[in-house]
Amino acid sequence: MQIYLPIAEVSVNAFLLLGLGGLVGVLSGMFGVGGGFLMTPLLFFIGIPPAVAVATEANQIVASSFSGVLAHFRRRTVDFKMGGVLLVGGLTGAALGVVVFNYLKSLGQVDLLVKLCYVVFLGVVGGLMFIESLNAIRKSRRADGAAPPKRRQRGWVHALPFKMRFRTSGLYISALPPLIVGVFVGILSAIMGVGGGFIMVPAMIYILGMPTKVVVGTSLFQIIFVTAFTTMLHATTNFTVDVVLAVLLLVGGVIGAQVGTQIGTKLKAEQLRVLLAMMVLAVCGKLALDLLLQPAELFSLGTEGGH
Amino acid sequence: MWRTLIALLFFAAHPALAMEEEIVLGLSQDRVAITSTFDGSDILVFGAVKREAPIPDAEPLEVVITVSGPSEPVMVRRKEEKFGIWVNVDSVLVDSAPSFYAVATSAPFNEAISHTEDLRYKVSVPQAIRSVGADMNVQNAQEFAEAVIRIREADGLYSLREDTVAVDQQTLFRTSISMPANLIEGDYKTRIFLTRGGKVVSQIVTDIDVRKVGLERFLFNLSRQQPAIYGLMSLAIAIFAGWGASAAFTVLRNR
Repeated sequence: MQIYLPIAEVSVNAFLLLGLGGLVGVLSGMFGVGGGFLMTPLLFFIGIPPAVAVATEANQIVASSFSGVLAHFRRRTVDFKMGGVLLVGGLTGAALGVVVFNYLKSLGQVDLLVKLCYVVFLGVVGGLMFIESLNAIRKSRRADGAAPPKRRQRGWVHALPFKMRFRTSGLYISALPPLIVGVFVGILSAIMGVGGGFIMVPAMIYILGMPTKVVVGTSLFQIIFVTAFTTMLHATTNFTVDVVLAVLLLVGGVIGAQVGTQIGTKLKAEQLRVLLAMMVLAVCGKLALDLLLQPAELFSLGTEGGH
Repeated sequence: MWRTLIALLFFAAHPALAMEEEIVLGLSQDRVAITSTFDGSDILVFGAVKREAPIPDAEPLEVVITVSGPSEPVMVRRKEEKFGIWVNVDSVLVDSAPSFYAVATSAPFNEAISHTEDLRYKVSVPQAIRSVGADMNVQNAQEFAEAVIRIREADGLYSLREDTVAVDQQTLFRTSISMPANLIEGDYKTRIFLTRGGKVVSQIVTDIDVRKVGLERFLFNLSRQQPAIYGLMSLAIAIFAGWGASAAFTVLRNR
């Protein structure tokens, strides 16, 4: 069934969009990532104009994250205090990121920078996570299922001032690292046009030392606000949010997020991390190939001033 | 060149000819309504040639029909390999290119209309694109205009459909122009040319009105006129859908 999208001004198959939404929704619920880094390239691929794809994607992430976070809220796996600190950093970072983005745009080549950002960050994050979680799985196999008690890291993170107690995460650390992580992810998400979950989740696990179960819910909680902010920015400045496209994606997405959350509770934390790492690496590889191989069409069309 | 000269002499001898044949035009629809389920549209263009005198026994009558969407400037960028990766190296702003352009003819294009007349009336696809503002430091600016045609032809937006206009007894003609689903709004200028020996003897211009209607119209207007309300509405839908799905799954699981 073809549906004409009023803002994107293209006609697409409604079931295709429902399916895409569902698929990304499952991933979102499982891993606590918004799924923007997957959905945005997929939307480009089916012919949605890039500006509309990025803006509408933000709106859809609000829906799937909200659906996912409710399930985590019931299970009390959302650390609101940590989420709040990250959010303060995130919104500050997003505002900074917009400034950086506009500066790059004035230099030209912003497209290339966004793509390089993707390749570098997806590659580094995916690679590190993949190696780490494979090691974790091997260790837990050797211990015959009985994993050794988790040893708390006592590194530089714990030596900083302004200590706060994060009960849900079972942490007593300085408020500075989460704030800095928030700012950093905020900047990146504004430049790359995604919620930033795929950077936030590893940062929470490896830098802040939060337990994986709490990480997913807290990341979703934080993403809702950042993407809602982004949606409003796009809707009021670029007029590129397509509500019909968003509805089709989010109907699939919210159902997928619920299914994903269920799957997530049945898998072990290490398995979950290996899967996320593999997915991140796959997207990274695809983007890297796009840059390295000669494209079939050397020319591309755009509107004046857009990118 | 000789053909043109002969044609010129021919028309000098028959100055009244251009007035003698007139087009009476019909369209199956003069407006296209873009609804939620819009999936392209076929427009039947038909008509007759009205004449007072008997059919001139000169060369046979041919018909050329063009339909052209609203024109806009297009930024064309070219990629090149730099440091091992493919990056945009230069760009040309094509001043004006129609969003949609279809040419239908009753004979092979070169027989239906001469090159001179093509230049004069801007009939063929390359003539419909105007590009003058190429940078001085960009070489082969022509390639950029060709790229616009190539890419839009691949998308089904530009087309040359030769031999698709049926002409009956040099009087009745008809063709069907199919428009794809990815149309944008605007007045689609439709031109019909009658030619003899490649020379235009009569022409007529009309507009096909392509407009969004109903929900599509409402959402588009809201997003432009009340962007804040539109944004909040999108967020409200997102939050509601997220909550709805979560609540539904809770009910399902507890049963």
